[in-house]
Amino acid sequence: MIDLHNVHKTYRGAQPLHVLKGIELHIDRGELVSIMGASGSGKSTLLNILGILDDYDEGEYHLDGTLIRHLSETRAAHYRNHMIGFIFQSFNLIGFKTAVENVELPLFYQGVSRSRRHQLAMEGLERMGLTDWAQHYPNEMSGGQRQRVAIARALIAKPSIILADEPTGALDSKTGVEVMELLKQLNHDDGITMVIVTHDASVAAQTNRVIRIKDGLIEQP
Amino acid sequence: MELLAEIWQAARRNKLRTSLTGFAVAWGIFMLIVLLGAGAGLINAQRENQGEWVDNSMMVFGGMTSKEYEGLKEGRDIRLNQGDIAITETSFPQHIDQVGAMLFENGATISLGANYVTSSLRGIYPEYATIQKVKLRAGRFINAIDQQQQRKVIIMGERQARELLRGDAAQLIGRRVKVGQIAYTVVGIMRDDDSQMSNEAIVPFTTLRTIYNRADRADRIAFTFHGLQTEEQNEAFEEQYRAALNRNHRAAPDDADAVWIWNRFTQAMQMERGTTIIETALWIIGLLTLLSGIVGVSNIMLITVRERTHEFGIRKAIGATPFSLLRVIITESVLVTGFFGYIGMFLGIMANLYMDYSLGAKPIDTGLFQTTIFVNPTVSLSTCIGVTVVLIVAGTIAGLVPAVKAARIRPIEALRAE
Repeated sequence: MIDLHNVHKTYRGAQPLHVLKGIELHIDRGELVSIMGASGSGKSTLLNILGILDDYDEGEYHLDGTLIRHLSETRAAHYRNHMIGFIFQSFNLIGFKTAVENVELPLFYQGVSRSRRHQLAMEGLERMGLTDWAQHYPNEMSGGQRQRVAIARALIAKPSIILADEPTGALDSKTGVEVMELLKQLNHDDGITMVIVTHDASVAAQTNRVIRIKDGLIEQP
Repeated sequence: MELLAEIWQAARRNKLRTSLTGFAVAWGIFMLIVLLGAGAGLINAQRENQGEWVDNSMMVFGGMTSKEYEGLKEGRDIRLNQGDIAITETSFPQHIDQVGAMLFENGATISLGANYVTSSLRGIYPEYATIQKVKLRAGRFINAIDQQQQRKVIIMGERQARELLRGDAAQLIGRRVKVGQIAYTVVGIMRDDDSQMSNEAIVPFTTLRTIYNRADRADRIAFTFHGLQTEEQNEAFEEQYRAALNRNHRAAPDDADAVWIWNRFTQAMQMERGTTIIETALWIIGLLTLLSGIVGVSNIMLITVRERTHEFGIRKAIGATPFSLLRVIITESVLVTGFFGYIGMFLGIMANLYMDYSLGAKPIDTGLFQTTIFVNPTVSLSTCIGVTVVLIVAGTIAGLVPAVKAARIRPIEALRAE
């Protein structure tokens, strides 16, 4: 599903920063993996490259068989929309839109009709147990509810992979456990490939495989 | 439709800010419309005041020579005569159509019984009515038979007629009035239009010439012409024509002061040019006023984009293309500009209507003559369409820089900025 071969990334600037120094990474379809690393290890950069939010300088990245390299903004947006579902630490819901409108958004950019969109979004929310909260705005919801709305949004376009960046980082431990249970269940039931970036060992422990990154390289176990 | 819903959702969060910016746009358009309306009013009034003359006509009157010629000194008075009329009628058939001449007699007293009115007489060719438009209220104009038989018929202005006979001026038609000691039959009544003409009485040219012993003189010659399209053609013709008349009076052919030629056509052309310049100037002033509004909209949209950076980052992360964000911002800009622009346009048209109501109806008395400064000071449909185009273009321009900024937002940085 995810194939990185010898990926390099250098941030240009007054002092060029060589962040990724030849990443080799392979993740199979349906895997639930976590990426761990200290801050400055390059894990955020790796996540951005995996999420097609950033480009890399050298090497190859195949996502679901498609070579992802030097894409135009429009092309990148298209791939993000169809292949990737994002879950963020800070949820990143749009504040002036209701829960259901937030969930609909990826479909809006696919040009799906309004009623179809709404129907799919409601189904997604129902699965998260948030049917009653569909018309509420994010600031009227708890952190756990917001993250579940974000998960519904990430799933709605039926992406190839889910990229979660510290999905439990902003939640209390009990809610964090619930969210992790939910993600594990989605991985198990639907077979969705899931990559979770975290520095929390207890989160990483719940995944099938832990990938450690240090100084821009994957540590071999 | 969905785009509009998106924009509405975003715009209503900043009602005050949007309204204040919109006010600047509305004000700009308001000024533009009021200026154009007022300009149109002035121009229309000009046209109306000039309107009594047929566009393709010239008027000729005698002047004073300014050059020595054939042993004759300069400073000689030139008075037009039958020879000039004949030259005008016969020498330029390729251009000249109808020829009319006119004689004046000042200080004639017209009386009916004990009532009298002091006026001046114009002796006129029948053709004259088509060259200088005469608006008849009742009856008829001088005709060829009047001219030929030197009939004693007279056409009076409505106001004069009322001095002689109370009630409807048309009742005077067929009555005999005295001019000095000679009786004339009233055949027509002219409408009063504040022009000089309606304060005069008209008789046949030949009648006046005979009664007042004018021999072969003519005070004025007027004619219509065709086939002179450009200013150069007109000048060339005037030169030829002037030379012909000057020869008749033994004045230097190129003496521009011997006879005066007043060309209505070239004057109209020049006025048209002046009108265009005024209109262009008004557009420029209006658009410059609008510019401040546009800068305001652009500024506000920039702030909006900055405020929504995080949101646009989220949208991009979940698949919004740069173009979709560009479109949202430009559409919002066009809608804001358009909406408030139309409010301004509506108010501007209201102001024009008020101007029409308050100033348009009232003639201004300058002491010498009465005139209306404003006639129909409104903007045309084409102007409104023009303004609409201006608004859409302005909105697009105002939105362009902010929209490009929005489209260039990098999701990684935007998501970090919290």
